[in-house]
Amino acid sequence: MEYVLKNGIVYDPANKVAGEKKDVMFKDGKIVDSVSADAKVLDVTDKIVMPAGIDPHAHVAGPKLVVGRIYRPEDSRKGVTHKTDILRSESGFSIPSCPSTGYRYSRMGYGTVVEAAVPPLEAKHTHEEINSTPNLDIVPLSLFGNNWFVLQYAKQNQIEDLAGFIAAWLRLAKCYGVKIVNPCGSEAWGWGMNVHGLDDPAPYWDVTGREVVTALAKANEMLGLPHSVHVHPNDLGHPGNYPTTVSTMEALKDIEKNSTVRGQTMHLTHAQFHAYGGTSWRDADSGADYIADYVNNNDHVTIDVGQVTLDETTTMTADAPMEFDLYKLSGLKWANKDVELETAAGIVPVIYSGKAPVNSLQWAIGLELFLKVNDPWKVCLTTDHPNAGPFIRYPRIISWLMSNERRQEMMDNREVHPWSHRRTSLASLEREYDFNEIATITRAGPAKIYGFQDRGALTPGFNADIAVFDINPNDIDPSRNHEAIEKGFSSAMYTIKDGEILVKDGEIVKVVKSHTLWTDVKGMEEQEKRVMDRVMPDFTKYYTIKFENYQVHDKYLPNPIVTEVQAGK
Amino acid sequence: MANYEPPVTDYESIVENCTCAFCGCNCDDLDYLIKDGHVVGVRHACRLGASKIMEDMDQRLLVPMIRGEDGELAETDWDSALDKAAELIAGAVRPIFYGWSETSIETMHHGLELGELVGAVLDNQATICHGPSLQAVQNAGYPISTLGEVKNRADMCLYTGSNAMNSHPRHMARYSTFPRGYFRPRGRFDRTVVTLDPKYSDTAKMSDIWVGFEQNGDYEFYNAIRAVLKGKKLQKEFISGIPKEDVEELAEAMKNVQFGALFFGLGLTHTLSKQRNIDIAIQMVADLNSYTKWILMPMRGHFNVNGFNIFMAFETGFPYGVDFARGYQRYMNGETNTIDLLTRKECDVFMVIAADPGAHYPGGAVKHLAEIPVIQVDIHWGPSTEIADVVLPGSFVGVEVGGTSYRMDGVPIWMKKAIDKPETCRDDEWIIKEILERVKKIKAEQGALASK
Repeated sequence: MEYVLKNGIVYDPANKVAGEKKDVMFKDGKIVDSVSADAKVLDVTDKIVMPAGIDPHAHVAGPKLVVGRIYRPEDSRKGVTHKTDILRSESGFSIPSCPSTGYRYSRMGYGTVVEAAVPPLEAKHTHEEINSTPNLDIVPLSLFGNNWFVLQYAKQNQIEDLAGFIAAWLRLAKCYGVKIVNPCGSEAWGWGMNVHGLDDPAPYWDVTGREVVTALAKANEMLGLPHSVHVHPNDLGHPGNYPTTVSTMEALKDIEKNSTVRGQTMHLTHAQFHAYGGTSWRDADSGADYIADYVNNNDHVTIDVGQVTLDETTTMTADAPMEFDLYKLSGLKWANKDVELETAAGIVPVIYSGKAPVNSLQWAIGLELFLKVNDPWKVCLTTDHPNAGPFIRYPRIISWLMSNERRQEMMDNREVHPWSHRRTSLASLEREYDFNEIATITRAGPAKIYGFQDRGALTPGFNADIAVFDINPNDIDPSRNHEAIEKGFSSAMYTIKDGEILVKDGEIVKVVKSHTLWTDVKGMEEQEKRVMDRVMPDFTKYYTIKFENYQVHDKYLPNPIVTEVQAGK
Repeated sequence: MANYEPPVTDYESIVENCTCAFCGCNCDDLDYLIKDGHVVGVRHACRLGASKIMEDMDQRLLVPMIRGEDGELAETDWDSALDKAAELIAGAVRPIFYGWSETSIETMHHGLELGELVGAVLDNQATICHGPSLQAVQNAGYPISTLGEVKNRADMCLYTGSNAMNSHPRHMARYSTFPRGYFRPRGRFDRTVVTLDPKYSDTAKMSDIWVGFEQNGDYEFYNAIRAVLKGKKLQKEFISGIPKEDVEELAEAMKNVQFGALFFGLGLTHTLSKQRNIDIAIQMVADLNSYTKWILMPMRGHFNVNGFNIFMAFETGFPYGVDFARGYQRYMNGETNTIDLLTRKECDVFMVIAADPGAHYPGGAVKHLAEIPVIQVDIHWGPSTEIADVVLPGSFVGVEVGGTSYRMDGVPIWMKKAIDKPETCRDDEWIIKEILERVKKIKAEQGALASK
């Protein structure tokens, strides 16, 4: 089937198209240069046309999501909708059910989402949820930062074996890349402890976060994976944590990049939670300057923000000691889920309020990061869903980024607490994003960061993943019309995935199965064998599951998209 | 040596790393010894698991049956039985699909689609066993871990209201008490085992410390431990029948371990204070985490009872007792649970899959079941067969057909197939899918008729 999206205003930053009126054509699921006269014409005159959205960091599928859903029926009861002829009923606000997650991303013009934390032992669970989430391609990242085998390889500085381990484990768990969460801290949580800073060793293992992050980054580059290491540094959410964040970035400064498809060797995730100054929540202030300066002056780091949206939400992270601290602060019900030999996880509901000084400070620091990082290719739009707020708030964040007037208004009329401007420089930042920059932080940038070669741009040959929004960029002043911007980006006029129209005028018209992206490393067979010989005795002794039953069988990935990588190339 | 059974040597082949389809331990290290297409021996399993697997043909349902006018079940062919089941479900106003805990996630997918189509209630055994635990989890939190954390780290294992030696015979052997873990290289000798139970159970006999507090004394006892943890002086000399010095000593011991694990069973969920017992146990564990590391875990009974809760939560947002009658999901304890619906006589068609309500439900609920059409999908004859109007013989997950299950700690396991099912039986997944297809057809015809 051939289509022409006619007369749209196209924003395609990867191809340096910034608001040109032109046609976008696609055929049999791919973008093409030209179509025949029989092509179906979709009139999108003066509407915004962009590649479909790519969320570079969210928690949408897996064991901790389900703990959240089981123990928070009060959240599931929000957002319940009646089933329709083609849609199943929805539920949930911060932790929507799988079908709801797919529908809601689709309505916002998104096509790809990264599930940022998969414990390999429970990877089958994540893949089951991915299969139940329609209309999206999902990119799972596997947790490595507290894995006992990784701790040992890092301690002994055996980078080649570590690379073999990563290659083997990505294949076992069917994941796309390497995620690191509070390296050594989640292992310390096995004893109810945490580590503080990059050089505080994990109990017993006597290895530091610095050694783990560095070793994993080196191994990641040895393999030449499409994505860099994806780092959630130590000390998340603690006042005065920005030095830890900066030293984590510095630790990876000299690592040589081995990839032509991405620019960075480290992705710093939900930077907002890692950009606090002060010594306690009494005197906390913004450390956004330090993070933004580092990112502006160095090309090896990209970030996503983790913007606080001022909603009631459900926090969940493999940084379990931090979640326990949060429980001690808020007193709201605490869930925890540690995974043998691999990681930990904690879940706590949080009510972010504009009336609360700390939450308002977090809100402002997130916006500061967006506005202070000069190059939009280095920063991505996320809320670390659901940690700083649910993903359905992305359009609202876009409206804040595009309107200084709205930001000032929120501070002036006390929608947010005065800490937002007394303890940050937000009030002095007049920068406003334009549509091209929005397209960069929600589409082109994330695609580049993940090394995607088939999406994130309207390049001929790429997947026909396209979003059209009912906004006329030449006839709107986003600065003064924040509500129209939020509304426009909330419900896509068209969401097109692999050439199929899934959403029309904000309504889902078609439901398709999702795809799962994973990375298959070739050329490490020898190292992998050596690694398995070393790992298997310990695996048999210390896991509670047989190796045969540990791996994710192909059956759990009915629609895989495999990225094959030649190690070292 | 009257009890000595010689090892099975007369077999043709071995299938390794099979997963036990009995309790929530989901031991996945079983070896099946196969001869003539049957499992003649099972290595590594406990008696419960081995007997279920080896005696798979005992009282086995082999052919579909429909209860006739005369009140007797009569054998029939698959088409007739499936048509009858589909007709009953398509015509139902308030159907309940109950069970699911002893079948695969793959089967549940079709069951959920069917439930959403006809507006049924989907519920599982949690409604009569660990339902109060889930309610408590919703009140107070859910600090758990996988069982390997316990094996590798725990120096105190505490069983409460659970006689694991009888109900989950390999739990202590494989996961908690006896195995040598990374940080517990001497296994049992590196751990203190505590049992809190009014009964001197087989688990208590295996323990270092047994606290036999009074029946229904659970809440008071945990409350006292919490008070001690918070530095309060106990006012009463005896707490639930236990001298206060003993309570203080236990609280101190719990505070001073490196990693503690509390396992609770139905003895906690079904005594006087029900979910409040679990509430306070969870809060106690949260308190203990200010001093050291503690986790807790419900001792789930069936091999996929946790799986159903997980599956329903990611598909619908709610773990059990999910009602689709209004075209969207509702979950209201006391309103949308099976027992309540049956005792209120709301339900008009009941499908039970891989469960035995005839054996487990309270009298009032069973009485209503006897009065309405019941469809049974199962592998064995049981009390539910006696009240069933349509009987559909399924196959044995983890033995005759593969399937996904979730262990009590949430670890997903692919349970592989080892032998072929009896020729006349069908896989649960196939049966539910067939019913779904047939109900869709009936609904389409009704729709076409209505639009004329």
